[in-house]
Amino acid sequence: MLFRLRVILLLVLVLGALFSLRQPAHAIPAFARKYSLPCSACHEAWPKLNDFGIAFRDRGYQLGNEKDSPIWQNPSYWPITMRITPQWHRESSSNQVVDTVPGNPALGQTFQNATTHGFDFGGVDIWAAGTLYKDISFSLLPSSDSSGSFHFENAFVRFDNLFRTRWVNVKFGKFELDNLVSEKRMLFLSNNGGFYQVYHYTPFREAQFRASGPSIVQFGDAFGIGDNQLGVELSGHSENSYTRYSVALLSSNEGNPGLPNRTYDGWASFNQGFQVGKLGVQRLGGFAYFGQRPTFFNTSLGSPVLGQGLGSKSFYRAGLTGLFYIKKLDFSTVFVHGWDNVFLGTGTAANASLPVGARGPSWNGGFVETHFTYSPQLVFVQRNEIVRMSRQVFSADPRDLGDVDAFSFGLRYYPFMSSRAGLALHTEYSFVRSYKSASPLPTSTSPFGPDLRASSVFVGLDFAF
Amino acid sequence: MKHSRMRAHLAGILALLLAGGGPATFAQETHIGGLTGEASRGKQLYRRYCVGCHGPLGDGRGENAVWIDPKPRNFVTGTFKCRSTPTGALPTDEDLYMSVTRGFVNSNMPSWLPLTEQQRVDLVAYVKTFSSSFREEKPAAPVPVPSESAANQQSIQRGSELFQKMNCWACHGKEGRGDGPSAQTLVDNRGYPIPPYDFSGGTRFKCGESNQDLYRILMTGLDGTPMPSYASGLTPAQAWDLVHYLRTLQINAKHKRPTADSEQKHRSESKPVGEELEGRANRF
Repeated sequence: MLFRLRVILLLVLVLGALFSLRQPAHAIPAFARKYSLPCSACHEAWPKLNDFGIAFRDRGYQLGNEKDSPIWQNPSYWPITMRITPQWHRESSSNQVVDTVPGNPALGQTFQNATTHGFDFGGVDIWAAGTLYKDISFSLLPSSDSSGSFHFENAFVRFDNLFRTRWVNVKFGKFELDNLVSEKRMLFLSNNGGFYQVYHYTPFREAQFRASGPSIVQFGDAFGIGDNQLGVELSGHSENSYTRYSVALLSSNEGNPGLPNRTYDGWASFNQGFQVGKLGVQRLGGFAYFGQRPTFFNTSLGSPVLGQGLGSKSFYRAGLTGLFYIKKLDFSTVFVHGWDNVFLGTGTAANASLPVGARGPSWNGGFVETHFTYSPQLVFVQRNEIVRMSRQVFSADPRDLGDVDAFSFGLRYYPFMSSRAGLALHTEYSFVRSYKSASPLPTSTSPFGPDLRASSVFVGLDFAF
Repeated sequence: MKHSRMRAHLAGILALLLAGGGPATFAQETHIGGLTGEASRGKQLYRRYCVGCHGPLGDGRGENAVWIDPKPRNFVTGTFKCRSTPTGALPTDEDLYMSVTRGFVNSNMPSWLPLTEQQRVDLVAYVKTFSSSFREEKPAAPVPVPSESAANQQSIQRGSELFQKMNCWACHGKEGRGDGPSAQTLVDNRGYPIPPYDFSGGTRFKCGESNQDLYRILMTGLDGTPMPSYASGLTPAQAWDLVHYLRTLQINAKHKRPTADSEQKHRSESKPVGEELEGRANRF
């Protein structure tokens, strides 16, 4: 009894000490240096934007107080932020086909759980953003994977308030599609939870065809709503950014530079915020993406000629979004309907015959992501996500083939912040179940395996400066 | 005996809690339109949005204050620039609400319009808790803003003469560029240098952008700055004349005003300002 009391007392003291370290929240490194605003001014919990942050971004990283242009800054000011996340994580996948006796495939295979864990770190983002001049803003984000291999996550110039109206802004370059629920600003980092399943969903059969196709370039890269795209965007917003729209014309190349496919995709989104008494701003929106991808390429001596995609076939994604606030609770909700042309769905070149009975696959999916913002320095997160096929490529396929259930929860704690840097202790557990998506045993007569269950445990220090 | 000791302990704990909780959020009524502000909710918003500059005690000593020019407002003194009330008086709730909503041009204080109306009212309620003045005094009645007189050539000419007579040019300069002979010497009530408004920049004013706002600035002054109230020195008609003249100084103003063209046209016909008074420049 006495021991238990001591343990409780110790716990209270430790928690008390931890919470007593809390300081007033501050800081987005790049913009805090420019505007001396706390990071919590623009973020519910960084990197997720709040209403003020959305308006700041919509204005082209400008506050509109006549101190936005770089001419007002100290010449030594450098609008750069860096972010990286050293971490420990554990990854586990069920029903992996392994040799019964390692090194001796002849003795047969069996299913096994594959689990690994250890210390690691993610890639680094080196993000420069701000204004080149009044009403001309920019962003440049070289980003590396953990091996140090860099690519440009975004690179754009935006002309703001054209014709002296906030309803006309033009962005040119590589950028994130304007969507109410941003995958780039999500509060999940693990391998299984760090992306929205429904934003990147590819039907099981289509993924199978892609994996077994003669060349990955045959079908271009799989589309993801959360992926940055190359193109030009026209957008606008009301003064408080409660009403927003964007339309974009994009290259059909999934944001990959140097590989134009000579066709274009289109994006449109709209969202509206409503003030609901003491609850705050509730936002509703919708989006649609219409795209096309080549199904075969011109070849030279049998090899595909990059940028010479032919037989393009279409696909679309359309969805509804909502951000709802109830005091310290908020919910990000998304519903997506997806459809791919049958040629894309079966990995068939447009100049070849389709498999008998094949149809264009379609599916529905969505998620509810909940945040409990105890304070700007402590946020609890949770997400439930499902994807359900509404039409399989082949009618004989199991109805739930490729369906997905996903679940994540965690917390982010910002023990201190300054106006120059930010640090978050990030912990997360995530779980994904993909129906009948594991590879079958070589001896199996079924083309489908059992369900694939994957999980991640993640503990990391997410810091930016 | 045992009970009294327990009470003493409880009182001590309560005192500690109050001392550690920053400014006491006493019952402070704030009403704007149909909305009632609650300081407790405002406190959370203040911690999120304002504390970096204005500081946890509202004294303008947030951790970013050292980098900021002009310095953040010290709420404890109860002195506010943008008011509809006479100089030296407390602002109304609406005045504070408009300051939060509008922000301050040429400063680090942005417009908080993206926050909901309720959130802004809650912030006002909390800001008022920093100064005992709001408990002890009531804001005075707003200075009336009568109907605007015609902005014609005669009005502008009269305004030009007032600009000279009232020594406005001493700080704002002959052409309103904020480069008058006193400009370099001006300091605010905390001793920090403060430049006069440069009309030629064409930006909006500290406390609004309409002719009515400019009239109000003239009649209430900007407390805490060298800009005095002219309520006792100008009649309403004279104040409107001055407003019309000041508008002609905004040569780079991008926003369209109803009388802008005629003002610009007539400005060239006005007499030069300041030369003969240069020797007796007056500091506010």
